Amino acid sequence: MSDFNRNPLIDWALKLYALLAFAFVFAPIAASFVFSFNEDRFPSLPLGGFSTKWYVAVATDPLVWEGLQNTLAVGLTVSIVATALGFGAAYTDFRYRFFGKPVYLALALLPPTIPVVILGLAMLAFLSRVELSGHGYSVMIAHVVMCAPFAMAIIRLRLSQMDPDLEAAAWNLGASEWGGMRHVILPFTRPAIFAALFITMAVSFDEFAVAWFVSGLNETLPVKVLGFLQGQVSPRINAIGTFVFVTSMVLVILAQVLLMKRSAGQDVVADDKE
Amino acid sequence: MAEQPLVEFDGVIKRFDSFVAVERMDLDIHKGEFLAIMGSSGCGKTTTLRMLAGLEAPSEGEIRLEGIRINDLPTWQRDTPMVWQSLALFPFLNVRENVEFSLKMRGVDAAERRKRAGHWLERMQISEFAERNIAQLSGGQRQRVALARSLVTEPEILLLDEPLSALDAHLKVRMQAVLSDLQRELGITFVYVTHSQSEAFSMADRVVIMSRGVIEQIGAPQEIYRTPRTRFVAEFLGSSNIFAGKVSQTRKGQVAIETPTGRYATAQSDDKPVAVGDSVTFAVSGDRVQLSAKTPKGEFNTLQAKVVGEEFVGATATIYMEAADGTELRAQKSHDELRDLSIKIGGNVFVSWRADAGHILPGE
Repeated sequence: MSDFNRNPLIDWALKLYALLAFAFVFAPIAASFVFSFNEDRFPSLPLGGFSTKWYVAVATDPLVWEGLQNTLAVGLTVSIVATALGFGAAYTDFRYRFFGKPVYLALALLPPTIPVVILGLAMLAFLSRVELSGHGYSVMIAHVVMCAPFAMAIIRLRLSQMDPDLEAAAWNLGASEWGGMRHVILPFTRPAIFAALFITMAVSFDEFAVAWFVSGLNETLPVKVLGFLQGQVSPRINAIGTFVFVTSMVLVILAQVLLMKRSAGQDVVADDKE
Repeated sequence: MAEQPLVEFDGVIKRFDSFVAVERMDLDIHKGEFLAIMGSSGCGKTTTLRMLAGLEAPSEGEIRLEGIRINDLPTWQRDTPMVWQSLALFPFLNVRENVEFSLKMRGVDAAERRKRAGHWLERMQISEFAERNIAQLSGGQRQRVALARSLVTEPEILLLDEPLSALDAHLKVRMQAVLSDLQRELGITFVYVTHSQSEAFSMADRVVIMSRGVIEQIGAPQEIYRTPRTRFVAEFLGSSNIFAGKVSQTRKGQVAIETPTGRYATAQSDDKPVAVGDSVTFAVSGDRVQLSAKTPKGEFNTLQAKVVGEEFVGATATIYMEAADGTELRAQKSHDELRDLSIKIGGNVFVSWRADAGHILPGE
């Protein structure tokens, strides 16, 4: 875009505004990051010396390892199950036309819009009624419910970019319905499937409220962190927080890269058609 | 015809909910012919093709391939490959993998696949792009990939759904030649769906014209052009003047027809002779009418009309006129013919034609 019709003053004001907004959003995270390397017991300025002792303290705490293990087990399982369910839901939307489809879509995409406290309470009540609460897999069940809509949305977006004739073309060329799924739908949606795996894992990884309600003794890392906070304010929290933040960010960025590579590929096709 | 048709549509009806896409179709498609199915959008031509491909099931009636009912045979068990309007090439596979696809789906081993795909890449002159991505190809190259992909199983029949509609005019004509040659060399049946008269008439042995799910006429291009069967066909071809009236007299292979604009002599219909009192519609091809500033001498049908517009396409011009009662008329003339005749928009002109230029539409 040309700079010709822009007012430099407004330009600068807008830049400053964007900078301030980002600073406001990221300052607490940055502070947590900085204080996680601070030698002092209490988070105050001026900073004490650089130290990794809080990371050492965290890394040697068996409770943290237990929480991390739970989180990873939950995250992996949830990402796989939620992505599989999300794929099924998205493909159903892509392939079939049926009565009540808008209702089906609304229901499938509903869970993330429910306040998490309500969802957590409802999950707890329901899971304990069917005697599934307090187990290792309780959080998995609850997180699959929360994450599947994200997977569905991502895969559905990808399918919407597919030439609707593609699958029929595969059938026409001798592929059975399973063959079409394996040789056309899956290869085409592959980037979105991986993106969905990463995003759902990230969502599960730092989800707190629902996990707090249903985890029982099998606490995930965020639930453990709250445990620390209630007992005592410890800089270890900063260390854990930094770790969780970096992990989530890596997952989200991986997903973004996959999705962006895909749209770049699309552009090439679109340009060439003209 | 003694030889069994390759494909028979026998009373085929296709409904989508309450909408009838194809209405009781009877159609034989012969071995080795180039058949074009033509009509405007929504006429049922693509639905017909999709039923033949096995992508839609007929609601009623029977489709037979070499005498065997195929209504319930899923598309992957037929060898009726289709070239799609969108081409539907697989963007995540390269050119060679696209061409090999149907062989792979049919369990042909890798070495054999490579050999057979290689032959078709060669034949369609796309070998040098074999390892390229689809996105890196031009429109014409993609077209060739789509053809190679469909022909690699050496089918008896190839279905084409407006495959050239995305190409520019120049490339379109080149690909028409490629398709015509290919069909002649292979000797297999092509069923070609299009809305373009020039594509259908330049390539096909027989043309099927459809309107609202009904076949209006089947015939060789020249036959349809010279003797349209219905008013729809005459109007669809877009070059005829159409008059409706009542027969007032018949004599020696000619009939006189009273119309709102006058009384015209027309050749008697061979298919369906008409008698005095019959309501008839007849067409006069736009390239067989004369235009003149004065009443012409000789045995002509003549009426006066007002010039409303002209359109130039290449070497010919179409003059659009309107008779006193609003009947639309048209004439195709070369530039030379027009120069001698000063045509002014809004001016009057005499439109005339010989009795044998009139063709009674037997389907009306």
